[in-house]
Amino acid sequence: MDLRINNTSLIFAMGLVLVALAIVYREKLDLGKDIIIGVIRAVIQLVIVGYVLGYVFKLDNNIITFTMVLVIIFNASYNAGKRSQGLPNAFKISFIAILTATSLTLVILLLSGSLVFKPSQIVPITGMIASNSMIAIGISYRNLNGKFADQRQQVLEKLALGADLKQASISIVRDSIKAGMSPTIDSAKTVGLVSLPGMMSGLMFAGVDPTHAIKYQIMVTFMLLSTTSIASVIASYMAYKNFYNEQKQLIG
Amino acid sequence: MYEPIIELNHVSFKVADKLILNDVNFSVDKGEFVTITGPSGSGKSTLLKIIASMLSQTAGTIQYKGKKIEEYDPIDYRKEVSYGFQTAVLFGKTVKDNLVFPYEIRQKLFDQDKAIGYLEKVGLDETYLTKNINDLSGGEKQRIALIRNVLILPEVLLLDEVTSALDEENKKIIGHFIEEMNQTEQVTVLWVTHNPSEVAESDRVISIINGGVKEKNGLENQ
Repeated sequence: MDLRINNTSLIFAMGLVLVALAIVYREKLDLGKDIIIGVIRAVIQLVIVGYVLGYVFKLDNNIITFTMVLVIIFNASYNAGKRSQGLPNAFKISFIAILTATSLTLVILLLSGSLVFKPSQIVPITGMIASNSMIAIGISYRNLNGKFADQRQQVLEKLALGADLKQASISIVRDSIKAGMSPTIDSAKTVGLVSLPGMMSGLMFAGVDPTHAIKYQIMVTFMLLSTTSIASVIASYMAYKNFYNEQKQLIG
Repeated sequence: MYEPIIELNHVSFKVADKLILNDVNFSVDKGEFVTITGPSGSGKSTLLKIIASMLSQTAGTIQYKGKKIEEYDPIDYRKEVSYGFQTAVLFGKTVKDNLVFPYEIRQKLFDQDKAIGYLEKVGLDETYLTKNINDLSGGEKQRIALIRNVLILPEVLLLDEVTSALDEENKKIIGHFIEEMNQTEQVTVLWVTHNPSEVAESDRVISIINGGVKEKNGLENQ
């Protein structure tokens, strides 16, 4: 392994942030504060996570590993909920969706022998699954909100004809599931051609043979397809009912 | 024989502090053809939406066949009390998608012959079934939306100024179609309209002014 990064090299690499700041300043983009806060948060969060993970990996305790998994799922759900633009029960729905997607995917990966139940594998993979679920759910929520506003009259027409809530919303729900899954499908199409994703790059950085590293990336591709579809389906089907009141009338 | 199908008792509707409907009382008999008129903003459309259970009144009761509408499942109720919008929006890709919908939501097989028969009644024909909804004129859309409302006959048809944006020819076609539904199929009609010829076709006229019933003629009961 030839991993030579150290604090001094990181300080020099910080010059890249200055490039971003210079662009923001020159183009008057009013993002300087956000960049500085983002950089500070990233450094603090990663330092803490680095030490916590080092401790968890060393401890190799199932309860601690499970707790870490739950913390990741909780944070992902919280953030997905925040992206719902005021949808009621968004945190609860996101939590159920991400928990189900993560659990199912992890179980399949463990049963297939692709993963071993040890913190150094479970925790990072959970992070990948949960963050992709979070993004997929966020997109599905945004799509639901947008479509229920754009297609309001269509939904009202269907309700007035006697459609139940599912019949009145199904085209929007399907569209939102599709929207949630699309980025993963798109990136699956270009993986290796446009991007060398994190898992594969990380392994190659650590000196693993690329022909072996791709096997992990293939697993990640399968895993993300499964997880984003499960999360989008659950979140969209649970969330659409919140656009109606108890009298089965469209709210707003 | 007196047989009310819809009865409104002291119905009011308020948004924030604004009273849109104030103590509205009237009833409609089964098979009756009632037009509702009144100036813009008088609350006519709101009233119709409340009867359609697309909105809920803030006070008073509405009875359908002697039972409060809240006692029905809203979905079952709307299958019997069908509401036609002022500017109809079609969905899906083709006219057929729209005409199949009432059957689809009832898990019934589409009756294509009946659909073609109704298309012909409103001056359209079989070829319209496969037409893209984006290729239709406003009048054609409104006629298809109306067929969508009555293809599986409702007990009550609520029409919210469905001809207001149409030319005279389309108004006449829709007027005849509604009249036929009322006379031959005994569909009860409540029609919000400003058109004098549509008003003339009705059994009774109810005027809504400033959120209240101000005048009635013909059959009355309270």
